Formats: sequence, C-alpha cells, structure tokens
Amino acid sequence: MENIKIAAAGDSSILIEFGKEINPETNRKITTIMQLIKDQQIEGVVDMIPAFCSLLINYDPRIVSYGKMQKRLYALVKMDVRYQAGRKKVFEIPVCYGGVYGPDMDTIAAHAGLTQEEVIKIHSSKDYLIYMLGFLPGFCYLGGLDERIHTPRLANPRVKIAAGSVGIGGSQTGIYPLDSPGGWQLMGMTPVKTYDPDRKRPILLEAGDYIRFIPVDEGEYRRIKELVEQNEYECTVREGEV
Amino acid sequence: MGIRILKGGMLTTVQDLGRTGYQSQGFGVSGVMDVRSFRIANLLIDNPENEAVLEFTLIGPTLEFTATSIIAITGGDFQPTINGEPAPMYTAIYMKKGDILKFGSARTGSRGYVAFSGYLRIPVVMGSRCTNLKSHLGGFKGRKLEAGDYINFRIKRPYLPFFLSRTLDLDEFDQEEATLRVVMGPQEDHFSRQGIKTFLSSEYVVTSEFDRMGCRLDGPFIAPKETSDIISDGITFGSIQVPSHGKPIILLADRQTTGGYAKIATVASVDIPKLVQRKTDHKIRFQAITVEEAQKLYLEEMKELDRMRKKIHQPCREVLECRLTAKRLTRLFID
Repeated sequence: MENIKIAAAGDSSILIEFGKEINPETNRKITTIMQLIKDQQIEGVVDMIPAFCSLLINYDPRIVSYGKMQKRLYALVKMDVRYQAGRKKVFEIPVCYGGVYGPDMDTIAAHAGLTQEEVIKIHSSKDYLIYMLGFLPGFCYLGGLDERIHTPRLANPRVKIAAGSVGIGGSQTGIYPLDSPGGWQLMGMTPVKTYDPDRKRPILLEAGDYIRFIPVDEGEYRRIKELVEQNEYECTVREGEV
Repeated sequence: MGIRILKGGMLTTVQDLGRTGYQSQGFGVSGVMDVRSFRIANLLIDNPENEAVLEFTLIGPTLEFTATSIIAITGGDFQPTINGEPAPMYTAIYMKKGDILKFGSARTGSRGYVAFSGYLRIPVVMGSRCTNLKSHLGGFKGRKLEAGDYINFRIKRPYLPFFLSRTLDLDEFDQEEATLRVVMGPQEDHFSRQGIKTFLSSEYVVTSEFDRMGCRLDGPFIAPKETSDIISDGITFGSIQVPSHGKPIILLADRQTTGGYAKIATVASVDIPKLVQRKTDHKIRFQAITVEEAQKLYLEEMKELDRMRKKIHQPCREVLECRLTAKRLTRLFID
C-alpha cells in the first residue's frame, strides 16, 4: 500500500492513485476499495470513476471537507483488506464472427498471418478482465488480448459502427455498446445488449468482471437476438477461479 | 398545459445538476454549465434545488405559454421580451396563457436559464432530467429543443407568497476577461517548473472550440517534463488537461468520464460560471489557490444563496407600508 497517493482534483473530487502499472492485482485493489466505500456509505460521496490505476471520487464539500475525506480514505486503503482473489464473475458473450457481421475479419487474419478460424479460436479462448468503463456508456476497456491478433486501427474511421459490434483496436478488444463512430477493426457481432437504456440495469457489465466471447453461428445469433428483443435472454454468468 | 417551442435557438436543452452515480459505467454527468445561475433561477420561484430548467446558448429560444406559470430568467443577458415588451431578469415573472417569451442573442455572457414554477414534464432517466446529447439520453427525447416541440408542466403552481419581493441583484457577465482560481493537480508533477510558471502567469484566449463538452484555450506553450500522456483516469467538472500541444483544455458539463492527458489543475467550482459565460476571443488567466480555500469559497457561495432565499421571503417595503396605511385608515374610521 506504500505507493498509494491521495490527491485533490479540485474542490469536489479526490483521486486515489494506485501506482502506474496496469495489472489485474491493481484492478482488484480498486474494485475492492470502491466496494468498501459503498459498503461503509462514506458520507458526502456522490460518484466514483474507477480507471486502470486510479479511483476518482466526487464528493460534496458541504458535507465533508478535503482534509477529512483524505484522512478517511487513507484509513481505508491502509486497512489490511484481503483483496478477494480467487473468485471471478465471467459473462459469456455470444459472438457471430466474420462475414457481414465482421467486415474486417479478412484484414485481421491477413495481418496476423492466420486463418479466420485460428483468429476466432484465439479471440474466444480467454477470459478478459474489464479494467474500466468509459468513452461511451457501457464501453469496457478489456485487458489481455493475445499479441498474435493485435491489429492497427482503421486509417479512416467509420462514421457509424452498429451497437453490438466486436472489434480490435491495436492491443485492445471490445464491444461497441451503442451506435457510434469508431476506428476499430470489426470481427463480429453479439446479439447481447451491453447497454440498454430501457432496462432496469442499463449497463450489463462492471469493472472487475470478466468477459468470455463464445462463437455462435448465424442461426444461433438470430435465435438469441429474438430472445433479447423480447427481454427473455440472460447471459450465462460463470463463477470461476482467477 | 405547458410551453410550445416556437424557435429552438442555437442550443436549448433541458438540464439540471446532472446524472450522477453512473460515471463508473461510462455515463457522463452532463447537467447545467453555469450552476450558480441555475440555482438562482430555481431559488427565485421556490423550486426544488435540482428542478430541471432550460439552458440556452448564444441565441435563445422563443416560447409560447399555453398555461399560467411563474418563471425566472438568469444568466447572460439574452434581451428577453414578453409579447414584445422587455422582460426583467433575476425576478419572478407571472406568465399568462398565450404569452410569448422571446430571447435574442447574448448581449452579455453566453448561457441563459429559465426556470418554471409548473416544473417541466420530462421523464426522469437514471435519476435526472438532464439531456445527455452524446448518448441521446434524458431531457426532451435526448436532444436539443426545436420549433414545434411541446413540453407540459407537471403541476399547477400559479401563486407564490411574497411575489413582489422576488427580485435579486443581477449577476454581471459583461467582462471580456476572467481570472479563474484553480487548485493545482492532480498531475501537476507532469509539468516542468517553467511549464507551471507559464500556466499561472500567461494570458490565454478562448478559441471557437468551446461547447458543452469543453473549452480549448490558445496561448503560451505549457511544457511537460517528458510527456503529457498518462494512463487514463477520471475527469471532473473543470479539469484542465494539457495534451502534448501544450495548450489547456478545460473540461465542462458534457465531458467524457475518463481521459489520457495530464491534468495540470482543476478550476474552483465557484469560478466555472466565469468561464462558461465567456465567448470566443475573451481572455483567461489562472491563479492558484489551495483546496481548502476553494472549498471555503464554495461554502461561502452556498451561504450567499441562503441569504438570497431569505431576502425573497420577506414582505417587501411597499407591501409593509401599504399595510401601515391601511391600519391608519381603519383607525380613522373606528375613531
């Protein structure tokens, strides 16, 4: 805990920095501290933004001063918390790879010097940790994409990428939660809505959860999509060891 | 029964204090740009602290009232008129059915606010009525208002006590320069001593890249030590990030939740209105204060608003004197 720094970000926010390395352990620390803050219902906290190596907390200075908040947080991070390693929640996300669903699949395979089947196998045989959400509602920054399928972004970004598109941008992979412009190479589509403003929980995934992509064929994609439209589909969530 | 939008103006949106609690999921806060003007508008007509208002930018809207309501106009001077006659600002105004409230272009400031005693009938999405333009979420259909749009009121509230007392001093927005007090950090250690000196001693100019998301400034180069790229972290209202081009960008209401550029400082909450009411080519300077000072300023402003609330809840002198007169008259008859 010696490398943790707590500093002011203006008069209504405070930043806890957990060093400068992106790894699952730091991420676990951040999600644990965030949970502790929620559990202890620390007075004055308005909102929190977890990121790769930091946690920004917005608070109301009418309720708690900077000095008090900083003290409180130092006490919290110094607590000998057991960062619950050992259990993880893995959301299984069905993906229909290639074809009209993944117009850049050829580019990705050619860049990697692999067949499409090999690319799909590599992409779908790993649990990806969600380090943080940002950029768009529900957009997950995932860690751990296999180096063999890293692919540079498009030189000329698309004006519109459909919600549900799964792609690769450099060393990152992820899902577009809503229609948006973007420069990632598209490899497939999921029928699952990671963001649905009409749902009780609009955002499906949280920082600290894991994603596993499950290859499905076109028929299965259509079947799931229909269930999703009728609000009858629920992702399989697997609990596993880290 | 509510308001019909006859002209949308340049950018008129429904806003409140923003959609908080969902930033960890990537939802920006949005909400009003000038929190002070927003609070005063609601305060003048006894609205709840976080009641939704209309915020307009540079060119205001034209509204037709289809029901009686009391309103208050604050912020920059958009030369408001009611049925063609100049309308007062920072004052509770009684609007009748059929009245036309028209705003022109901003003579001073750049953002205006109008609050309604009938409360705008806008659905609450994730705890807020504010418009998130980027996600097409909340507010009126997730977008800016256009001619033909219609917003109902939620309640009838055509009466307020102490009506004649409901007037406050105007905030002035006619300056063309502002000094923003800032709390240094959280990444001021990414900048050289010279870079920080430049930041705190130079004059910067508001560019045309100034919207609800942020304000880009132009001026002397702020030198980083090595690089101004950081591992992305959380952004707050008023964060001042300096990318490698060395010019500050101040992030505002529609900011993204996280960003990858070092933040040299954060604008004190009470000084954000000074920035958002400026226009292109206006001048900005920065002055460092401690976080304790910034919080003290914030608490003082809250007390000032409390004093305003008290002031408008007292019978005004005319009323008092009129009662006195009535008393004397009564006595005359009794005697």
